[in-house]
Amino acid sequence: MREASRDRIKAFLTLLPSMILVGVFVYGFIGNTIWTSMTDWGGMGALALDPEKNFVGLANYVELFTGFLGSGFRQDLVNAVYYSLMLLGGAVGLGMFIAILLDRKPRGEDLLRTIFLYPMSLSFIVSGTIWRWLLAPQGGVNVLPTYFGLEPLTFDWLSSRSAILVFNWQDILRILLYGVSLVCILAGVAVLRKNRRKAMRRLASGVAVGLFVWLFGDVVPDAYMMREEHGFNLATLGIIMATIWQYSGYTMALYLAGFNGISQDLRDAAMLDGASAAGYYRHVAIPMLKPITISAVIILSHISLKMFDLIFAMTGPDNAETGHPALNMYLTTFRANEFATGAAIAIVLFLIAATFIVPYLVSQYRERGRR
Amino acid sequence: MKKALLSLTMLAAFMLLLVGCGEAPEKKEAPAPAPKAEAEAPAPAPAPAKGNDLEIFSWWAGDEGPALEALIDIYKAQNPTVNVINATVTGGSGVNAKAVLKTRMLGGEPPDSFQVHAGQELIGTWVKADRMEDLTPLFKEMGWMDVFPEGLVKLIGTDTGIWSVPVNIHRSNVMWYIPANLEKWGVEPPKTWDDFFAAAEKLKAEGVVPLSLAQNWTANHLWESVALASMGADNWDALWSGDLAFDSPEGVKAWELFGKVLSYTNPDAPSLSWQQATDMVIDGRAAFNVMGDWAAGYMTTTKKLEPGTGYGWEASPGTAGAFMFLADSFGLPKGSPHRDNAIAWLKVLGSKEGSDAFNPIKGSISARTDSDLTKYNAYLQSAAADFGKDRVVGSLAHGVAANETFMGGFASVMEMFINTKNAEAAAKACAQLAAKSGI
Repeated sequence: MREASRDRIKAFLTLLPSMILVGVFVYGFIGNTIWTSMTDWGGMGALALDPEKNFVGLANYVELFTGFLGSGFRQDLVNAVYYSLMLLGGAVGLGMFIAILLDRKPRGEDLLRTIFLYPMSLSFIVSGTIWRWLLAPQGGVNVLPTYFGLEPLTFDWLSSRSAILVFNWQDILRILLYGVSLVCILAGVAVLRKNRRKAMRRLASGVAVGLFVWLFGDVVPDAYMMREEHGFNLATLGIIMATIWQYSGYTMALYLAGFNGISQDLRDAAMLDGASAAGYYRHVAIPMLKPITISAVIILSHISLKMFDLIFAMTGPDNAETGHPALNMYLTTFRANEFATGAAIAIVLFLIAATFIVPYLVSQYRERGRR
Repeated sequence: MKKALLSLTMLAAFMLLLVGCGEAPEKKEAPAPAPKAEAEAPAPAPAPAKGNDLEIFSWWAGDEGPALEALIDIYKAQNPTVNVINATVTGGSGVNAKAVLKTRMLGGEPPDSFQVHAGQELIGTWVKADRMEDLTPLFKEMGWMDVFPEGLVKLIGTDTGIWSVPVNIHRSNVMWYIPANLEKWGVEPPKTWDDFFAAAEKLKAEGVVPLSLAQNWTANHLWESVALASMGADNWDALWSGDLAFDSPEGVKAWELFGKVLSYTNPDAPSLSWQQATDMVIDGRAAFNVMGDWAAGYMTTTKKLEPGTGYGWEASPGTAGAFMFLADSFGLPKGSPHRDNAIAWLKVLGSKEGSDAFNPIKGSISARTDSDLTKYNAYLQSAAADFGKDRVVGSLAHGVAANETFMGGFASVMEMFINTKNAEAAAKACAQLAAKSGI
């Protein structure tokens, strides 16, 4: 008993330094940023030795989401959401596809694996510069068809001003509620076979929310005083291509490791039962790799939310077409001297990243508790 | 055994903690040593006394490096015992340097003297924060009040003082063209924007882009020339003193004219650098380009074109008689570690010898009215002549007219306008921005 408590003290003392360091340099600074975001630090005299800071509550956030001058931030945020979704789909899908091909053990598999993984080892600045050249209006990708005797492409990969999937920012609350209803319904469908009651509850609440917004949408307040359209800017496609190029090798490596971890017996058993190759992956291998998919999604999603250097190298600052809140935060803080607004943007990004990571952590804890 | 292992781990952990604590103050210094190490290598022969340093912080590297070196050489000749530390952070217009400078100043570690765009960019950020020393005594001592134009001194100072020594003067409102090309197309350099629109239709028919434009900041650059033409120099000044509202009819009209001008520019602008936009003019893909007169340096030095015959210039349409300037300057931060050395440096910058050594290399004109024009090329001589007689107004895109809060916000207003082409909304957004940034 005494031995055990002594061990505990030793363990605590051993962990103490890192606890203090993490406490100060991670959580302390998060706290400080939150506090800064609730002050009016910025503008004239922001860089004085003892700058004047007054507590203003959530005014900076309100300004960002509903103010006239926050329109750039809102576009960046919408952009980042589309960017994250496309990157997730692209990198996970392509990575899985390459992994399946390589799992079939073609000749030269080792070499191919290295080639696919290689882009990972480049820094974002390097790959951003390469892709900027490739996607230049009169060069690279656009002149590729001329080698086959075709007309050159004329798409402005990084400077197109057209947008698709455009919506009105005034409707953002309604759209979010539709999103909630969709998630509820999907979650209900997912457990339909296992737990009928739970499924019914989820389906019912999802349908209720959806119906409510559909029928009484006017009750939900407008998020903004006038029409303001945001959408997916096609210029972001170039950035997405570059990021997928860089990260699909990484997801490929993750999946390949997972596929190799599945025992040969299982595979043989599936084959004996008459599973085709496609059937094996569809019903056996990929469902078994759910943890890998989850970790890939989490890693990629927070990378895409923090993306800065690649975009900076490819399109530079002030390019609203490919804007990203992380860039906006840097410019707001260090160019325009609006420290409080910059801190608020940082916190918004932090909270969005947390929505990806916290549910994962919670489910991990629960699983460990069950064991 | 186990116990020993445990205590060893603990010891290691504590050591880590100590190192962690010790590191914190050291970290602050991190940006400084790197340039130090680089600059110390080619130190001058008469071994400078230790600790007798002068740290000059600027973004002049690459093409502009030799011009700065010329200044440093003069300084070293006059002050052989001082060890000059040339701390440059690369990146055009100081995009990166300004951020590094801010972290250094916030950390309480100012360089001895730093480069800054003269005008509100300096005043709004550093003077209002009470971080600069007033240089009026130095200006009086050196007799600079008489050799710098009065309008210029007013724009780089406030009621309470003069805050920096201008090293060079660039002109922002210049329109560039290739005379031979214009002759081929049968077009005259336009005097007003209406002339331009008439010529533009002709050029469009020829398949030539009337006006080449590059990435975002060049749109801001074009805007200031268009707005100056649209409202005139008096209203332009009133705009920045707060006497004329941005959403006044004059302000809206400027945005409307700008929208019309934009429709004659190349669609791939955001993916071009300003040099590429100039190249379009040189190659004959575009007829005109509005850019600051660093374009003259580019065409003369890099493209080997003869000023006047190889390339031509004109004040941008509707702005003849006005000289929209921007200037690089050096200031003296409060708490400069080697104040006397820094003042000696500022004296070199403001001297005739210093500015005539620097400017012909940099491709700009001297702020002094008595500079030796024989050292300058044809373009610079004409710019110097205009600077002497024209109405001098401040540039927005390059930091003279408005503080950094306004400039940062203006970039996103510009993006909004390019997407929506809504002059009314852009003018309103500018008005809000002006209120926010205290104009």
